Amino acid sequence: MTGAILTALMSHWFRRPFQMATLILGLALATALWSGVQAINAEARKSYGEAADALTGGGLSDLVDPSGPIPHETFIRLRRAGWLVSPVIDGWIAADRGRVRLLGVDPFTAPRNTAIGADRFEGETDIGTALIVNPATARRLTGADRPLVVDSAVAPGLALADLTVAREILGDTGYSRLILLPDQPLVRPPLNEIAPELAIEAPETAGDLARLTDSFHLNLTAFGLLSFAVGLFIVNGAVGLAFEQRRPVFRTLRALGVTSRRLVVILMLELLAFAAVAGALGIVLGYLIASALLPDVAATLRGLYGATVEGALTLSPAWWLSGLAIAAAGTGLAALGGLVQVARMPPLAPARPRAWAMVSRGTMRWQLGLACAFALTALMALGIGGGLTGGFILLGSLLMAAALALPAALSGLLHLVSRFGQGPIADWFWADTRQQLPGLSLALMALLLALAANIGVGTMVASFRDTFTGWLDQRLVSDLYVTTEDEAESSLLQGFLASRSDAVLPIWHTEGEVRGAPAEIYGVADHPVYAENWPLLAGTPDVWARIATGEGALVNEQLARRENLGPGDRLDMPGGWQAEVLGVYSDYGNPLGQVVVPLEVLVARYPNADRDDFGILAADPEGLRTALIEEFGLPESRITLQTALKAVSLQVFERTFAVTGALNILTLSVAGLAILTSLLTLSAMRLPQLAPVWALGVTRRQLARIELIRALVLAALTFLLALPVGLGLAWVLLAVINVEAFGWRLPMSIFPRDWAWLGFASLTAAGLAGLWPARQLANRPPAELVRVFSHER
Amino acid sequence: MSARFIALLLLLVLQAADLSAQGFAGLGQTTDGHALPDPATRFEYPADHGAHPDFRIEWWYVTANLTDADGRDYGIQWTLFRSALAPGGAPEDQAWMAHAAVSAPDGHRAAERFARGGSGQAGVTASPFEAFIDEWQMAGPSLTDIRVTAQGTDFQYDLALAAGGPFIAQGQNGFSVKSEAGQASHYYSQPFYSVTGTLTFPTGTVEVTGRAWLDREWSSQPLTEDQTGWDWVSLHFEDGDKLMGYRMRNEDGSAYTVGTWIGADGTATPLEPGDLVMTAAGISNVAGRTVPTAWDIALPARQLSIKARAIYPDSWMNLSVSYWEGPVRVTGSHSGTGYLEMSGY
Repeated sequence: MTGAILTALMSHWFRRPFQMATLILGLALATALWSGVQAINAEARKSYGEAADALTGGGLSDLVDPSGPIPHETFIRLRRAGWLVSPVIDGWIAADRGRVRLLGVDPFTAPRNTAIGADRFEGETDIGTALIVNPATARRLTGADRPLVVDSAVAPGLALADLTVAREILGDTGYSRLILLPDQPLVRPPLNEIAPELAIEAPETAGDLARLTDSFHLNLTAFGLLSFAVGLFIVNGAVGLAFEQRRPVFRTLRALGVTSRRLVVILMLELLAFAAVAGALGIVLGYLIASALLPDVAATLRGLYGATVEGALTLSPAWWLSGLAIAAAGTGLAALGGLVQVARMPPLAPARPRAWAMVSRGTMRWQLGLACAFALTALMALGIGGGLTGGFILLGSLLMAAALALPAALSGLLHLVSRFGQGPIADWFWADTRQQLPGLSLALMALLLALAANIGVGTMVASFRDTFTGWLDQRLVSDLYVTTEDEAESSLLQGFLASRSDAVLPIWHTEGEVRGAPAEIYGVADHPVYAENWPLLAGTPDVWARIATGEGALVNEQLARRENLGPGDRLDMPGGWQAEVLGVYSDYGNPLGQVVVPLEVLVARYPNADRDDFGILAADPEGLRTALIEEFGLPESRITLQTALKAVSLQVFERTFAVTGALNILTLSVAGLAILTSLLTLSAMRLPQLAPVWALGVTRRQLARIELIRALVLAALTFLLALPVGLGLAWVLLAVINVEAFGWRLPMSIFPRDWAWLGFASLTAAGLAGLWPARQLANRPPAELVRVFSHER
Repeated sequence: MSARFIALLLLLVLQAADLSAQGFAGLGQTTDGHALPDPATRFEYPADHGAHPDFRIEWWYVTANLTDADGRDYGIQWTLFRSALAPGGAPEDQAWMAHAAVSAPDGHRAAERFARGGSGQAGVTASPFEAFIDEWQMAGPSLTDIRVTAQGTDFQYDLALAAGGPFIAQGQNGFSVKSEAGQASHYYSQPFYSVTGTLTFPTGTVEVTGRAWLDREWSSQPLTEDQTGWDWVSLHFEDGDKLMGYRMRNEDGSAYTVGTWIGADGTATPLEPGDLVMTAAGISNVAGRTVPTAWDIALPARQLSIKARAIYPDSWMNLSVSYWEGPVRVTGSHSGTGYLEMSGY
């Protein structure tokens, strides 16, 4: 019996394969976007975990000397007192596309069963000379003059080596830190009796990096969720249509004695089957999306946070299952309304498709009320603030309020426009458009969300690009950037350049803790080029003159915002001195706080600062570069032209937002599909309303044109309403989310040309979506229209 | 004893050569570039108490049978292994490993340490004698009067050892043969220590007294490739006589058994292969392995027929290189206590 019912119900789909395809496609797309984003997030998090594991020996505490490296003698003194510690030399080596972190460890004392324990080195024959790296890092180190042992378990961007190897490469300057083994012996003297200068540092966990990149992943997740929601509109449209069209079948089955409960169960089974097929398809699509986007995501994370993420996907069974689960849940959500209707349908209900009820003022009022509640939440989130979460609550509430208010707003707009209508056809057009609003409202909400996201994110990216390029132009004041090997080479270089360049500007730096967080401290030379070119966000009137006298410091926007610093504030600097904040500068793309002090101050306070970076002003940078390579003998890799640096920075920037762009386009296509399915649903159901108009003398062709125009008008109005929503979204992104997530605020620029393009795209999408039902109408046999009057009326 | 076992873990882990791990813990290997034991060598004390870095492997090995005021039995082990990663004797080519253990009524506890040679983290000096790794040490004015300390997460011991007899050269004047094929080591012992000191556990400290036995041995290839492990005993009899014996097991099930009879007066008589008969008389399941923790030992030439039984059969050294090592009680024609070590199970 169940089989027979199922066959009867399923026959519908085989008669309408396109409808089936829409349903599966919508569901698959929704699942794909969702699970793709999840896969990217999971992969990135896994990489952070591996990196933190390797760098810290798996979440173990360290002993560090705040004033510098730890001498070997201190390590021995600790061991001989019963403190089980293991030395680590931590540094960087040059590699293709930047540098690779070199970790020199001592397999004799390293904790067992960790990423750096002796087990890692087991069976390696070149261990006395080799670097252990994963395959991707090995490819970046092909120029290294050392044997490479390839081990895919090593974290990306990391080279492991024996202490002696690291010492040969980085020099014998002592240990960066001592890992404190988890199991210590029974009797130990207190640390301050053996090495009072050392401090125990809690493990740097994967959490630190994860927190730093949280906002990025939250962004992706939000996008994934948005796409999923939009995808559900399609499913809703397709399922709604199928339920309406099958009313005669339902009635017949009920009349034959099938209980409504049984019918609902069988329909649920049918939907579950669809969810399984579409879910599987969506997971495969999601995998493809994730693989395609992951390299860009990896580049973004490297560019923004220095976090290394493997460019290849490895997926867990949990991911596959969650993809299927979300597909099933989504189907259930989208089909809920339809199922409730079937359950409540009296056995002898009219078999014809039911036209939509009159514009339901009740529903619209209810939606408007909810919209007001969301708007209020948004206002509260804006007022109270409260970090990134507050920002996203603001964002979510804004979008929900806009979506829910859409039907009422459209209805009002249509009402307004209809006053200008002349003649009966126009009157009918406007009135009928308004009557269709409830049926189309979900699809139009999807379109509104997609358009608003497009406008908002597009505006943010474009504003960012504008600011960023302007900032790059100003900030990169030197024509040539050079890194030297050591101090001897530095002084040789300065001699070499004295007559050949306009100025040599040392850009020396060190790292330290400022207000309890790691920060970079840069020293800059006293040169008018800075005052002329360096844009400051805030500063005392005579900031550059006062900097030159060594009176104070500049801080970057991130540090200023985080610590609420402004010109005139005093800042405690590492090494126990205070600097007055004289100005704040923007510093995009840097997660760390940064302090700029005069070069002399840096050298005097931090004698160990890196003194190997120089900016050079020259009339002919290309020529000077050639001279440096050929006459001075500087390796090519240590000279960067300003133009090349700019190009690379912009490339990183573009890649950063490539993912956003791709997701934007996907969301918009999904919204277009949602409109198509909704229009298809309506066109079948609206026959009883169109037939009288046809009978009054309006041709099918005219009717079809009117239907097409209706789709275009609705899309155009939705687009108009999406504009302010999108701009609001952009403002939230630029002024709230960015500040919370990255620590910088960006000025907002408006790009009407982009809107024009988007408006055109949405009209095209709506036009294409409307074309099909219109064609169907134009070609509908008159007999079908006539039949409306003869049947069951 | 003979080839006790060794820090070959480090060799396996670190050495540049291609090591085909044969025999127990890689002991059965050729000796390229390392010094070979020489029957003509005679020991010179205290110089030979120090390290012999020309040889591949070497150890300082102390075991002690102890009792507390209530008569409860304890056993302790303190071992420092030196292993040359390359021939030539350079300090940085040496790897050091140490094991310490306490066998007690409530369980066996063990700990291990590793150190890179030349780092100052481990080493041995002959006079005044000191052998150390981290905070573990065996040190004294001389090797006849030493303080032995070590600890793990759940135990610590601090013992004073004083020798009441001479050092005993094992084998033929200290040249100890390990197989029919002639593999050998330089080997001497100090079996005459009396011990006083303390054992500390998380629950408290125990005063103990007893007897200890030191083995010093160095070689470059103590096992043939078909030897799979060994069973070794050092026994203190109540009348003051001592017996050291070992049984090197071959892949084919046969064994090479030799030993030394040490009189209470310090005279040592090497035993010919076959004089001593060691027969497994009972097994225990420990750490998922089957280990013969009961032995029947006979030395017909001296009318000796005894049963040596593990006091704590759970004395498994569950470390990077694992083996069984613990105190035994001796009954039969002679009675006393001693230590049993079994590797390759």
